Amino acid sequence: MAAKGRKLPPRGPRSHVSATSTRYGDPYGTEGKALILGKVVLVTGVARTLGGRFVRRIIRDPEVDRVIGVDAVTPEHHLGGADFVRADIRQPTIAKVLAQYDVDTVVHMDVTGTPLGAGGRAVVKETNVIGTMQLLGACQKCPGIKRLVVKSSTSVYGSAPRDPAVFTETTPPKSLPSGGFAKDAVEVEGYVRGFARRRPDVAVCVLRFANILGPCADSPLADYFSLPVMPTVFGYDPRLQFVHEDDVIDVLRLAAHEPRRATLNSGTFNIAGDGVLLLSQCSRRLGRPTVPLLLPAVTWVGSALRTVGMTDFSPEQIRLLTHGRVVSTVQMRETLGFTPSYTTAETFADFARSRGPGLLPPEALAATVDRIAASPLVTRRTAASRPTVAGRGTHTTQSTQSAE
Amino acid sequence: MADAKVIPFDDDRSRAGAPRSSRRRPGAGGRRKGDPVAPVSPLPGQQSAEPALQDASQPATGAQGPAVGSGWEKRLAGGLAFLRRRVTGDYEVDEFGYDKELTDQVLMSLLRPLYDTYFRVEVKGIENIPSKGGALVVANHSGTLPLDGLMMQVAVHDNHPAGRHLRLLAADLVFMLPVVNELARKAGHTLACAEDAERLLTRGEVVGVMPEGFKGIGKPFSERYKLQRFGRGGFVSTALRAGVPIVPCSIVGAEEIYPMLGNAKTLARLLGVPYFPLTPTFPWLGPLGAVPLPTKWTIQFGEPIPTDGYPPEAAEDPMLMFNLTDQVREQIQHTLYKLLVQRRSVFF
Repeated sequence: MAAKGRKLPPRGPRSHVSATSTRYGDPYGTEGKALILGKVVLVTGVARTLGGRFVRRIIRDPEVDRVIGVDAVTPEHHLGGADFVRADIRQPTIAKVLAQYDVDTVVHMDVTGTPLGAGGRAVVKETNVIGTMQLLGACQKCPGIKRLVVKSSTSVYGSAPRDPAVFTETTPPKSLPSGGFAKDAVEVEGYVRGFARRRPDVAVCVLRFANILGPCADSPLADYFSLPVMPTVFGYDPRLQFVHEDDVIDVLRLAAHEPRRATLNSGTFNIAGDGVLLLSQCSRRLGRPTVPLLLPAVTWVGSALRTVGMTDFSPEQIRLLTHGRVVSTVQMRETLGFTPSYTTAETFADFARSRGPGLLPPEALAATVDRIAASPLVTRRTAASRPTVAGRGTHTTQSTQSAE
Repeated sequence: MADAKVIPFDDDRSRAGAPRSSRRRPGAGGRRKGDPVAPVSPLPGQQSAEPALQDASQPATGAQGPAVGSGWEKRLAGGLAFLRRRVTGDYEVDEFGYDKELTDQVLMSLLRPLYDTYFRVEVKGIENIPSKGGALVVANHSGTLPLDGLMMQVAVHDNHPAGRHLRLLAADLVFMLPVVNELARKAGHTLACAEDAERLLTRGEVVGVMPEGFKGIGKPFSERYKLQRFGRGGFVSTALRAGVPIVPCSIVGAEEIYPMLGNAKTLARLLGVPYFPLTPTFPWLGPLGAVPLPTKWTIQFGEPIPTDGYPPEAAEDPMLMFNLTDQVREQIQHTLYKLLVQRRSVFF
């Protein structure tokens, strides 16, 4: 594959075609497609930061010949030499794009929780669900498709107190998400399963990402962590897992290429960093104070903030911040062969650095405690009593040994 | 003075040590709950040196002079380091939300007075919990409020020579209640479901389960110490799949802490709880009625029942499951009766 890629002449001219060039909006490009022999990757949702980053990264891979970015709006960032086709995946035009560029790999990243620019929840839902249906319909009609990668979310598991502590890929959710992005993701996955049944020759990979964080995260959860004072649900300390943006890009690339030796990259995989953080730990590491509110009040505050437009505090988000969610990443490691480079805690630290200090920075609190510890009252007394402490320590250990 | 103290202490130990009778004075051992039943036989050399060591340690606890001050300082320094980690969020929890540091430093210390001085829990057979690898501790459940689970956790935490932590499986109601669910998760409890139990056991944890569930804890006082049905025996197949031994555990004393004379079923249904206890004191005296009676407890861990000899498909064999469930149940019931016969009184 790599050799083929190097032989190809259109690499030069293609690199001039960028998002800002005049070619977008013109799906009927005139480049000689007969010359293209390597992989052609179509990526949806490239107007978002993550989609843009993924396109810029995957175009550098040697086995990839051509990357076509698709979105309904023109991206503000450059796409590193990829072709941008302005097409709405909710329209049947997408089938023409697929056929015209001889696409063999589709990476569907346009399953998101927040609207891009104008438009509300209705537009998001339509892009998620109708867009996926159209895209899958187009893929089904396109014989050249070899591989489909879908970005999903661990929110398909829902969050309920009756759930097991750790979800595996096969755990059935106790309570299906009733609305919002989580429900979209459930429906999208349902359509993808149907597609996989109808086109068994296509390798389908569904990646269920835990909460994606990183320096340029723009999810509702990132907005929540940016609030100066974080409202929390009184009496609950949810367990959260994060995955770093860099790992998202890497695992999407892994899924879009041929599987490496002894791994399998078709199927459904949970993607999350190692370890777990409690919400209380998150707030302390961010240095943002929390206001515990009773559950009904949280719902009320959430809807109030949503009306004002400060944060997208959907009911599903509130459930996550009440009961938390932890997924097992054994399949990701053993079957997919992916090891994330950031743990949950490291991802969060990277995110916290990008957001600046909160009202109660942890360093300041630590310094205060240190000052108390170093205060003359404490040090003098500890210093005076240190020999006694040591002496007594040995005695007690010995006497414990021989206590019985 | 020191000699005078050493001799009765040693004497008492030699008398009570071998048969390990049930009348171990809670005051005699001092506030340190060493490992009363740990089979650590001291070397001869150490034994001869013992009086001298007792000499040294006894005044430290008896004459509370400078030693207490220094201990206090040490604890202050430790406490400040702990505080520093807590306020900066610099501590670890596992995937179940178990906060080891908080459990060791705070939660266990909060339960210890109840364990040591209020219920005066006597622990027997702690060596039946293996020092490493998974084990499933199966216990009887009683007492209207699940204090028996918590006391069992403290018993393992404070007495096991290898410092093992008991991870309890709790009912879903625990994880629906605010505050309670948070504390339960931090103390290492998780939902009683096969997935969680298996995950913990394969990680090599000691898991505690009370298969009677609400039937056991909410049974009327008249049925005390009569084991209820053991669920559907799911715990046996989980232990079998993980290949870990089952340690039967009998708890005596928890039945009498809240003698449940009646059950206000309508009120329970209204509140969404499985039962609403009516004890001689509870709803009538208000919050004061929620104070448990200071009964004397005994927790006995029995001989482990190995499960690693069965073939992998045995977990699917219902007959074997029923037989093993019955075996565990019988053993717990038998030990309960034995402990009840030995018990002198409910309160002493």
